[in-house]
Order: sequence, then C-alpha cells, then structure tokens
Amino acid sequence: MLTAPTARSFFWCAADPMLNETFIGRSYPAEGTYLVGREKVREFALAVRESSPICHDLAAAQAAGYADVVAPVTFPIALAMKAAEAVVMDPELGLDYTAVVHGEQRFDYTRSLVAGDEVEVGVVIENIRSAAGNDMLTVRADIATIAGDPVVSVTMLLVARGTAEATS
Amino acid sequence: MSVSQEFVVVGLELPTRSFPITRADLVGYAGASGDTNVIHWNERVAVSVGLPNVIAHGMFTMGLAINVVTQWAGGPDRVLDYSCRFTRPVVVPDDDIGAVIEVSATVTEVLDNSTAVISITVKSSEVTVLGKARAVVQLS
Repeated sequence: MLTAPTARSFFWCAADPMLNETFIGRSYPAEGTYLVGREKVREFALAVRESSPICHDLAAAQAAGYADVVAPVTFPIALAMKAAEAVVMDPELGLDYTAVVHGEQRFDYTRSLVAGDEVEVGVVIENIRSAAGNDMLTVRADIATIAGDPVVSVTMLLVARGTAEATS
Repeated sequence: MSVSQEFVVVGLELPTRSFPITRADLVGYAGASGDTNVIHWNERVAVSVGLPNVIAHGMFTMGLAINVVTQWAGGPDRVLDYSCRFTRPVVVPDDDIGAVIEVSATVTEVLDNSTAVISITVKSSEVTVLGKARAVVQLS
C-alpha cells in the first residue's frame, strides 16, 4: 500500500531522479486470484455513496442482466494497488516507497466487474520519467477473469522523490 | 435506465452534488478499500510528515465524484473510462463538520458510437482537488 507522503512531495521539490528507465515494460505476473465478494461490493458502494441499485440489490443487478451485484467504478483500485506493491517493493527497481504519492488514476473498462468474478491482476511498468526532480512511474494493472477475459485496466501514476534528497 | 443519446448535447450540465465528509467516512473508506495509510486517520502522523492535518484518500474523492456521472447515466456500468489527476489534498479536520467535496460535470463531446465524454470539476473549499477529471459514458 502506498505510504505517507511528505510535505515536499506535494510541492514538487527538486531531487535527483533515480529510477532506471530500462525497467519500462517490465511485467509482474499475477499473484493468486481475487474473488469479488457480494458484501465487499456493497461495503465499497456504501463507502463511496454509490447508491445505484445494481451495486446493492441482487434482484436489481440480475434484472439489469448481471449475475450478481456490480462493483462501483473505482472498486478495482483495491486489487490494483495491492498488485502494484510488486513494483513499488521491487528491490531491483529501488523505489523509495516511503516517498510515493498517487499522482493520477485511470480506469479503462472492457466490462463491469461483478460479484462472483474470479480475477487475476497482471502488472506492467508502462513508463518511467522524471519531472521537476521527481520520479514518475506509470503502472498498469490489467484485471482479467481466470479464463483470460479482460475486465478493466487500472493505470496509476506514482510519484516518488529521488533518494538523492538534499539534506539541507 | 440509461440516457438516450437524443437528449445529450455538448454543454449539457449534469446535476451537481456536494458530499460532506468527516473522519468517520475516511475510516469507512479505509476499511472498504483496504487503504489503511495512517495519514488518512492519524493527525499526529499527518502533521509529522508536513501535512496541515489528516487528508482524505485521493481515491475516496475520486470515488465520490463519479456518483454525479453514474446517477445521471443510469448506473456505474455505464462508465467505460474514468480518469483524473490528484492535484490538491482534501484536509479533513477532526470536528463534526469535516470537509465538503463539490462536484459538477458537463458533457464535452458526444460521439457517434453512442458515448459521451463528461468533464468533471471537483472542488473543496473553492479549490480544485481533482484535475482533468473525465469520464466516458455509454448512452443508449
């Protein structure tokens, strides 16, 4: 999970970038599977105040053509962030995970995620660049059913200060 | 349930909403999402890393904001694509008032394949907290 940002990470302080661009394209295979739970969908929908009946009511979801309740739009972040830890914690990449903040986020759906779906999350480093002395890491988590059907791609821009932080 | 394309034009404004959020909501989101990062509930740690106070999860704000679109479009399954930048943290003080997230949205494109692009504006205390927030929705 992403850890505490420092004040300076919000103010884009200058520091030497440290990440190796040869890691662009590196992929991390799925670790186990995730079974989308009906009550987890309801809990998340309640937390983000998504009141659509198809997120809460089985009959409403089925009437809309789904096998079970439908996950809210941003629900997949829970799976994606967990999977992205493989990148953030990769000792070879050497990201200072204590200095990582979430810069941008995108969900690109092929189809809705539904309770009962058993999915896998494969992760790839889509891009690495530096801006204003910060490392900018674009990580994409592709969520697909265990049968291999794509569901949603979750793209995160993670921003990290370089480790060569000024000590002054 | 979904919005018919014939009623959707560029410039159409979706009904606005405001979402009051308190520390209890942050704890609820932490549990639901699994993001238990201490800066979203512990003032001592938040201040120690230079924040003014506990801040809301960016993903919580993003999750709240899309309700303006899903409610209008007929459900979360109408959203094909949703993206944003996290531009400013939302500070949530430890009182009974907390913070308020104000969300408005406008149709910026209507495409031939019965989809529309929605530009979403998300503010708290008059300051934009999500940048370039955008959703693509399926019309009927």
